[in-house]
Amino acid sequence: MATEVVSVSVPRTNGAHDLRAIKVVLHRELLRFVNDRTRMVSMLIQPILWLFVMGTGLGTLVRGSIPGVDYRTFMYPGMISMTVIMTAMFSAGSIVWDREFGFLREMLVAPVSRASIVIGKCLGGAVVATAQGVIILAMAGLVGVPYSPGLIVTLLAEMFLAAFTITAFGVLLAARMKNMQSFFGVMQMAIMPMMFLSGAMFPLANLPSWLHVLTTVNPLTYAVDPMRQAVFGHIDIPAQANAMLNPGVSWFGNQLPIGLEIGLVAVIGAVLLGVAVIQFRRSE
Amino acid sequence: MEAAVAVHGLKKTYGKVEAVKGVDLEVAPGEVFGFLGPNGAGKTTTISMLCTLINPTGGTAEVAGHDVVRQRDDVRRNIGLVFQDPTLDGYLTAAQNLRFHAELYGVPRDAVEDRMRQVLEMVALWDRKDSKVMTFSGGMKRRLEIARGLLHSPRVLFLDEPTVGLDPQTRSAIWGYINKLRHTEDITIFMTTHYMDEAEYCDRIAIIDHGEIVVIDSPEALKASIGKDRVQIQTADDEKAIGLLKERFGVDAAVREGQVTFAVASGEQFVPRLFADLGVAIRSVSVSRPSLDDVFMSYTGSTIRDAESGDGNQWMRAMARGR
Repeated sequence: MATEVVSVSVPRTNGAHDLRAIKVVLHRELLRFVNDRTRMVSMLIQPILWLFVMGTGLGTLVRGSIPGVDYRTFMYPGMISMTVIMTAMFSAGSIVWDREFGFLREMLVAPVSRASIVIGKCLGGAVVATAQGVIILAMAGLVGVPYSPGLIVTLLAEMFLAAFTITAFGVLLAARMKNMQSFFGVMQMAIMPMMFLSGAMFPLANLPSWLHVLTTVNPLTYAVDPMRQAVFGHIDIPAQANAMLNPGVSWFGNQLPIGLEIGLVAVIGAVLLGVAVIQFRRSE
Repeated sequence: MEAAVAVHGLKKTYGKVEAVKGVDLEVAPGEVFGFLGPNGAGKTTTISMLCTLINPTGGTAEVAGHDVVRQRDDVRRNIGLVFQDPTLDGYLTAAQNLRFHAELYGVPRDAVEDRMRQVLEMVALWDRKDSKVMTFSGGMKRRLEIARGLLHSPRVLFLDEPTVGLDPQTRSAIWGYINKLRHTEDITIFMTTHYMDEAEYCDRIAIIDHGEIVVIDSPEALKASIGKDRVQIQTADDEKAIGLLKERFGVDAAVREGQVTFAVASGEQFVPRLFADLGVAIRSVSVSRPSLDDVFMSYTGSTIRDAESGDGNQWMRAMARGR
């Protein structure tokens, strides 16, 4: 079997090469997701429990104070963000997994910039989390949210942005972690309070001032609020209930426009991404 | 022709610990170069610096003509790496792992499939290309890693303990690939090992101990440089025999593996004198030619296994003195 040797020559690093690297890191993320059904299912259980069990239970309790609104409709955007956030964090955690199993080294010794690896990872996490969010999106009808194309597109875009930022945060956490246990420990520690303070589970109106301050410094608040605004913009709701359930986020008494909130999430995402890249450059 | 690997005064210190204390070496293109030493001698640290995985504390190193600190990506494009620990994604198939690598290294798209087939056929994994790597045995994984390391036609292939923990068949298969590679590809191979029998396959070996290179030469030249045979005898009274060997023949001996052991220039001619003049009954005798084990011992004062366990014994010191 004397075959001709296929000799290849690898080109110098350039933009096109970095783009290929981003694409392949992203592609691997998707392959891993598609191959892992268990993960897909397990990531859905918690938001669905919250939405249909907690949502229904709490809903009967607060029915009197929010006439004409299903409490689950209120929780719905929160649970979309919860799904997206958990999936995105899990994707980021695979960096720790890759480090434990050596695959990270294969990536780090390649002649590509650290930035393209981190960007590929964050995009991968964002795409996977958005795909997971689509499943919750499909349940809109069950909680009284209409399937309007405009709403779906808006939510998808907002989900993607939130997922990207959260993956960047997760990658930053994962940059120095040596094992999965400590990553998940830290992740729980970070995610739980952020979820609680984001308005995903209860409205941010009329809170005691200390709690109000905490919710406004929580970056997740600015990811959840635009989704809620979008959902509430597409349902009929009495003004009084809207004011109570969808108060928006205000700084010093002024309500923030949605554009600013989204911009804030994007800026935070970009900063986290930048810091994550620096961390990976340094950990070599 | 420019050296494939050129290292001058390469150093690495961690705090106060000097892991590598100024290594100098040059590897010619096409050479199979072995880095031989016990665990903790600085082999992996050195190879990691050459592969741009860690930055040297001092000195310079060029691989394939590029500086490992200032031209890191140029070095990376031109080297293939096979580590001691697997670096494959078990959830992907063999082919997916290779494609991932091809993309990361920017292998021209139209060449990927042909090249992939070639490297997979070389390591006899072509028919398993669509199996998930997690279903592979340790030996298959290592073979796949070698295939992947070659995928982008590197000029230098670094193998860090490529055969450690593998069964004898896989070990010899891997040596088969390495031997084949030197004929089919224009490649230099730089490997570390602590198996003496494998070091024999190298064109040249560097013995490294305590972060320093003790000697660099071909295995044959190294064995010839010792010039002594190893003699082992069983006697009625070992203590007395050792004393008499020193007194009557001026030979340092020690008990090793339950036998009185020592080194002399030409064993066959020494044995008759031994029987005539030792004065202690000899029950058995064996003479052996120097092996790389003896070379290692002679240059470092310990066997590679004992160097790893951290204590030398008398025989080694005797052998070292007898150099």
